[in-house]
Amino acid sequence: MVPLSYYLILSGLIFSVGVLGFLTRRNILIIFMCIELMLNAVNLSLVAFAREFGLMQGQVFVFLVMTVAAAEAAVGLAIIIAFFRNKKSANVDDLNLMKW
Amino acid sequence: MELAIFLITAIVLVITAILVVVQRNPVASAMFLIAALCAQAILYLLLQASFLAVIQIIVYAGAIMVLFLFVIMLLNLKKDEFGPEKRRAQRFFGILFAVLLFVEIGALVKLSLTGLPQAYKSLDPEFGGAHAVGQLLFTDYLFPFEVTSVLLLVAIVGAIVMAKRKL
Repeated sequence: MVPLSYYLILSGLIFSVGVLGFLTRRNILIIFMCIELMLNAVNLSLVAFAREFGLMQGQVFVFLVMTVAAAEAAVGLAIIIAFFRNKKSANVDDLNLMKW
Repeated sequence: MELAIFLITAIVLVITAILVVVQRNPVASAMFLIAALCAQAILYLLLQASFLAVIQIIVYAGAIMVLFLFVIMLLNLKKDEFGPEKRRAQRFFGILFAVLLFVEIGALVKLSLTGLPQAYKSLDPEFGGAHAVGQLLFTDYLFPFEVTSVLLLVAIVGAIVMAKRKL
């Protein structure tokens, strides 16, 4: 059996890659994909813990996280469409309407 | 054997995740994200979460990523609209903080994974199946389950309002 720590390290690595993309990319669609990547990294660690302790609760939680991710994707992509329609751009640098 | 499958899948997962971040074209990014999600579904299978593996493919790699691709197609970005990505300082600090975060997570895992109870060597074969997850979801977690249905309704209404032609 693969040790729990391997899964946690892998999960941390994927999360860090997601953070890296979130911090360095300017394209709003790719930033959004990086958020999905981070959500998935957390899901992976939850499933790994569920396996380790032999409890189903972690998997139920992952199920709920997936639902929230689906809702977030729907609303977020709608916001991106509205943004693109107003600014004709997908660059977060142009997203300065509420900036002081 | 299990370790070999884990290592191969983990390498594929990490490489595709990095490719998601470094691709210039959002469509290529989305494709690699789909590959990463599928690799993760294999890891779920290794962890005896068969129901979640199927849901991962159907809902994540299927529904959510199709939504992504649909929006990318709708925006129809030209090459020059991908935007300038040349920000040296931002890139430097982004890489720095991501590496720091990973080191921190690694240290936490290394330091805190002592004194855990012994792992279950073999589980009930039903563990992680649709029956077991559903049993828990419709008894102990019935209220959160119902709340997610309200959440999805709110998301539908919100998405329609946001994507209206006149905002």
